[in-house]
Amino acid sequence: MSQLKKIMWGAAGGLLGLAALVWLLNTRDEPDLNSPATATPPDSAMVERGAYLARAGNCMSCHTARGGASYAGGRGIATPFGTVYTSNLTPDDATGIGSWSPAHFWRAMHNGRSKDGRLLYPAFPYTNYTQVTREDSDALFAYLKSLTPVAQANQAHALRFPYQSQAALAVWRALYFSPGTYKPDATRNAEWNRGAYLVNGLGHCSACHTARNALGATDGLNLAGGLIPIQNWYAPSLTSPHEAGVGDWSEQDITHLLKDGVSPRASISGPMTEVVLGSTQYLNAQDLSAMAQFLKSLQTTVVTGASTAPTNASDIAVMATSPTAPTGSAPKAVAARGAQLYEQHCTQCHGDNGQGVPHAYPALAGNRAVLMSQTSNLVQTVLSGGYAPATEGNPRPFGMPPYVLVLDDSDIAAVLTHVRRSWGNQASVVSPLEVNRIRANQAR
Amino acid sequence: MLIVSYFSRTVAAGLLGFFTITNAAPAFFEDTIAQRTLACTACHGPQGRAAPDGYYPRLAGKPAGYLYNQLINFRDGRRHYGLMTQLVDPLSNAYLLEMAQYFSALEVPYPAPLATQASAGVLARGKQLVSQGDPARQVPACVQCHGIALMGVAPHIPGLLGLPRDYLNAQLGAWKTGQRRAHAPDCMKAVVARLGEEDINAMSSWLAAQPLPASTKPASALPALSNGTTAIDCGSAPLAGKP
Repeated sequence: MSQLKKIMWGAAGGLLGLAALVWLLNTRDEPDLNSPATATPPDSAMVERGAYLARAGNCMSCHTARGGASYAGGRGIATPFGTVYTSNLTPDDATGIGSWSPAHFWRAMHNGRSKDGRLLYPAFPYTNYTQVTREDSDALFAYLKSLTPVAQANQAHALRFPYQSQAALAVWRALYFSPGTYKPDATRNAEWNRGAYLVNGLGHCSACHTARNALGATDGLNLAGGLIPIQNWYAPSLTSPHEAGVGDWSEQDITHLLKDGVSPRASISGPMTEVVLGSTQYLNAQDLSAMAQFLKSLQTTVVTGASTAPTNASDIAVMATSPTAPTGSAPKAVAARGAQLYEQHCTQCHGDNGQGVPHAYPALAGNRAVLMSQTSNLVQTVLSGGYAPATEGNPRPFGMPPYVLVLDDSDIAAVLTHVRRSWGNQASVVSPLEVNRIRANQAR
Repeated sequence: MLIVSYFSRTVAAGLLGFFTITNAAPAFFEDTIAQRTLACTACHGPQGRAAPDGYYPRLAGKPAGYLYNQLINFRDGRRHYGLMTQLVDPLSNAYLLEMAQYFSALEVPYPAPLATQASAGVLARGKQLVSQGDPARQVPACVQCHGIALMGVAPHIPGLLGLPRDYLNAQLGAWKTGQRRAHAPDCMKAVVARLGEEDINAMSSWLAAQPLPASTKPASALPALSNGTTAIDCGSAPLAGKP
């Protein structure tokens, strides 16, 4: 009896201790909300800088519903755990952040907690934003406070059990989040460090370009590529020369791609379109150049600068291995069908030999986006077609038609297999099952 | 549900037809707006001509402002079709307007209307509603805004002829359920709310059966108001003198 009591007391004590630990981990490094606001009241230069930083973070894209008022929130972000709805960032007192102080905003950015103390879901990428400086956070806040208030109540998240509970979120945060600051790498120049700060902080590139585990946590900021949950687009590795690594690109080609959405080496498609449209096209030449310098360095070195994200050097080495060797070969009938479909649907733009048309249609021969072992993006592109983003440098992009209603799963598999194994291309075959998996998800 | 199942069957068939047409005349690369809108014409037919049995509507010759507004509506969530939305999402207003103007300026012959299955009574009811409306229920005549010839009024109001019955039914039905909307004030929403399913079927049956007039161009101005009718304020087609 007394033995049982002891065990129960012990277990209760252990649980309490764990809960205390989780709580402690969740409130690390929190600001004093009663401390006076920033020393200098916001002036127009600060507001302008905040507007620029809001572009760098692409805040508006997520915090605006389709057709809704800018920054008033309400856009649903679909996750494997349910849908998270973005919040109203306009300075409306009742529904927005009108009653917030700079310290409240800083706590949201740096610690992932809302003004009312609620823990925020990491669909709001505070795992990246935690690296943003207090100075930049204050400028962003000054900008948001300068917007016209919009009265629009936040929509409750639609998350499944247990993900809807604050306790579950607290445990997640104890496991996967700790507040950090950007620690400059003294062995690198200021420009590289600025690039790393933008890419890993406000740019939150790792939100897509780093793989997520079963609980939706990214493996640090390794940028080694990841499948975007629900969307089923693969954000290619920025460290691998076989995916989207830019180690051997000229700095100009990189900035061109981020600014205009096209470059001689590649063009933008899929979810990255939204990033160019809402963010990188607005960044100034120095910042784009800084990001390019940092991105170029990823291919040969380990990501550094993130105090909270020690990156495993062996991960990088794994990603730098060659793409999957061709596995199997297509049966003759599939090969013939693929060639025939290519001739019928693709030749007109991509050319008899997959050579494409400069400045209009990408070459498919030797294109690493075609050769990647991950084939989701190819299937997505054939199913839905699409345009590159219309930007100042490429205001009238060319487009690809959707084939979702024209070609069935085996047709798409055949034509993609043809494209991946012609003109010197030597990638693996695409199976109808891979196509079906993406198509079925699209139809939801 | 009916609309959806019709849609998937017919569209698949219609699209395969378009591709045969496209491939009959292989085009070479030219840096033209036609080249840049191949993503549109894959479904809407060469030069945006649609097809007699297609669900994808004709684009050629429709008023530019109307086409432009629809592109914006897809982008801003007032119309819903995933493929359209993701195609227009990355594009600027200026580029969308250029595309709208391009298709609007194309003069492509219309196909003859399909034979109608509707009874004489239904067609008579349809004709009555289209040309006279139903004043007792405050239903305006279609011709009041869409033009006496029903070929629309430039630059914002679309024509109603040369469209398949199923397309017309689907659009009016979508307005009724709130699936399709226009800029506020949404005058079509107010009109459709007063129509029953039988009214809609009668009108679309009659409209789809009409031969095209000699001139298929939209009228340049709204027709004069007939006695007892008042002008209708539409967000998608601002009245002259309104901003």
